[in-house]
Amino acid sequence: MHSKREWAWGYLLIAPMALGLAVFYLWPIVQTLYLSMTESGVFGGYTWVGTANFADLFTDEEMYGALANTLLYAVLVLAGVPLSIVVAALLNVPGLRGLSLYRTLYFLPVVTMPAAVALTWSYLFNGDFGAINHVLGTVGIDGPYWLGDPDFAIYAIAVVGIWSSIGYNAVLFLAGLQGIPRHYYEAAEIDGAGRLRQFFRITLPLLTPTTFFVMVITMINALQVFDLVYLMIDLKSPALEGSRTIVYLFYETGFVQNQRGLAATIAVILLGLILVLTAFQFRLQKKWVHYE
Amino acid sequence: MRFRLPLACLTGLAVMTAGCGSSSEPEASGKATISYAIWDKNDQASAEKIIAAFQQTNPNVTVKLEITPWDQYWTKLQTAASGGAAPDVFWMNSLNVRMYAKGGIITPIEESKVQGLSPAVVDGYRYDGKLYGLPHNVSIPALWYDKKLFDAAGVAYPTADWTWDDVKAAAKKLTDPAKKQFGILAHMWDQGAFYPTMLQAGGHVLSEDGKKSGFDDPASIQGLEYWTDMIEEKVAPVAEVYTDTDPIQLFQSGRYGMFYGGAWLASTFWANPEIRERIDVAPLPKGPAKEAVILLGLANAVSAKTKHPKESAAFAEFVASEQAQKILSDSGGGSLSLRDGTQEGWFKAFPTFHLKETYDASMPNGVPYPVSLNTAQWQDVQNKLLAEAWAGKRPVADVAKEIAAQMNEILAKE
Repeated sequence: MHSKREWAWGYLLIAPMALGLAVFYLWPIVQTLYLSMTESGVFGGYTWVGTANFADLFTDEEMYGALANTLLYAVLVLAGVPLSIVVAALLNVPGLRGLSLYRTLYFLPVVTMPAAVALTWSYLFNGDFGAINHVLGTVGIDGPYWLGDPDFAIYAIAVVGIWSSIGYNAVLFLAGLQGIPRHYYEAAEIDGAGRLRQFFRITLPLLTPTTFFVMVITMINALQVFDLVYLMIDLKSPALEGSRTIVYLFYETGFVQNQRGLAATIAVILLGLILVLTAFQFRLQKKWVHYE
Repeated sequence: MRFRLPLACLTGLAVMTAGCGSSSEPEASGKATISYAIWDKNDQASAEKIIAAFQQTNPNVTVKLEITPWDQYWTKLQTAASGGAAPDVFWMNSLNVRMYAKGGIITPIEESKVQGLSPAVVDGYRYDGKLYGLPHNVSIPALWYDKKLFDAAGVAYPTADWTWDDVKAAAKKLTDPAKKQFGILAHMWDQGAFYPTMLQAGGHVLSEDGKKSGFDDPASIQGLEYWTDMIEEKVAPVAEVYTDTDPIQLFQSGRYGMFYGGAWLASTFWANPEIRERIDVAPLPKGPAKEAVILLGLANAVSAKTKHPKESAAFAEFVASEQAQKILSDSGGGSLSLRDGTQEGWFKAFPTFHLKETYDASMPNGVPYPVSLNTAQWQDVQNKLLAEAWAGKRPVADVAKEIAAQMNEILAKE
């Protein structure tokens, strides 16, 4: 049993962080919940409308479009996670020359500003002058307007999303890889298992806790994607229809159309969606995550 | 936890409305410091000169210039204003003025101070019978053209008498698919391109009382078709081209004959000696029904919560004065002064461009920019629906009717 004094110290020590969280995260969430039930003017003046905003959004085609785009983006980015495992496994090969150089190179996108990343990629994707279409042109393919065409835009953005996150995920996987005891591999070698078999039978299963963590974080980040879309797709772009994400719709509603209450409702729905999908992932983990 | 404050300002709506602005320090004995917020870096030099001139006659007042890029300007201003910390004097446009006036963020301006300024611009700043902005410049959309392409195709340069048909005929002759060369750019631009053509065809964007959309007017649709037809006839590039590359840059690449662009681009184009030689400007062509040029002017608005209302009002007034307007004009920047008779310096800064002719032909046909209370809301609807027509996915007439229906719904709620 702990004494009262000890409890008091404990609370005192977590107080600064807890207070910060309460003031800057919990309170805004409560306020957003309130705002989501109101209709608002640009400079204050909130009128209570109850669940009318929610009802509006449930019949709003744009909301469903944004939902579909966001989910598609999340699936694409999640599908890119294995790439990080491959990169991590390669970076973990013992005695690889120039290892620290490669590690730096793969991590570089993580420390680069999203604005710079988006700008550079939009040059690459440019339909007329972009490097990608130029390369395609040399083999006789007439590349599309990647960021101007609603059928391609979300894929192009997902490529950038995957590219930006490989480094960060690879570092997590690398830590996971190095946590796998060596003697498993030694035993496997004695039993005559080759490199590939070792990877699929030992590495992958023992990496599942890290994989699970990466999947959860990646999904949450993907569902909240905004910066890349905002920077690469203009409000007047014909591609917006095929690339508008939920947070983009939130921005458009709250800051372009000045409907703060409705925007808050979108934020609340996104919060709910993330909660549900994350809970689902946690339930599903029992089926595939192996803890040692 | 002080260091968390700026981050928190960015995170949520809720915090935003709670406000996180800083306010200026109280001044001692008659000295006043006022802040002046603008968005255009091209106007920094002239603004600094105007401030210096103002401070010379008002030694007790210090004006602090704050430049925020356009992309963040309105978001930042709204956040600051909601928290009661708007700059003392700041740039306003006619799109936003009603919202700020209704919200009690800005203070009315005396009617006498706008005497001699173009009504097409001034009237854009009225709300509820009062004036809320003191205009200090005018932006005139115009027709830029590439003389090199015109010469090569043997087409006569555009003049003040040009009509839509002249543009279409020239565009056809200037187009050369083999060279990836197009007669004209058909970017989706409201003020200088499709709003004027809607009016020139005899249509309207918004009814006189601001309660009904004009997009379903057959004449308005004709004005929109002017653009989509040119894309369809392949004398203008497809819609995706403008989203990938800024039309201003496209025009400078020398592969496009004509470009509806602001006269204010003169300073941008002039900065490049090769472009300077190659291009020139003419007034907007006439439409089948009439001539119409949508004029926009920026104004200075005075915060209703300023600690120095007298000094702030005096500064806003000074920026629109003849002395300051001449300084603006002589600096040869992006902005064209509004007060009649102060423009000479600006025209002279770009001697080979036909800017004076463009100005003289445009001002008499000036029409205010169509605005209602929450213009941005219906413009967002308009832009995303028009994008479908520009991309050739739906006929423009269908799209225009849908815009009208949605716009009427929004207007009814205002």
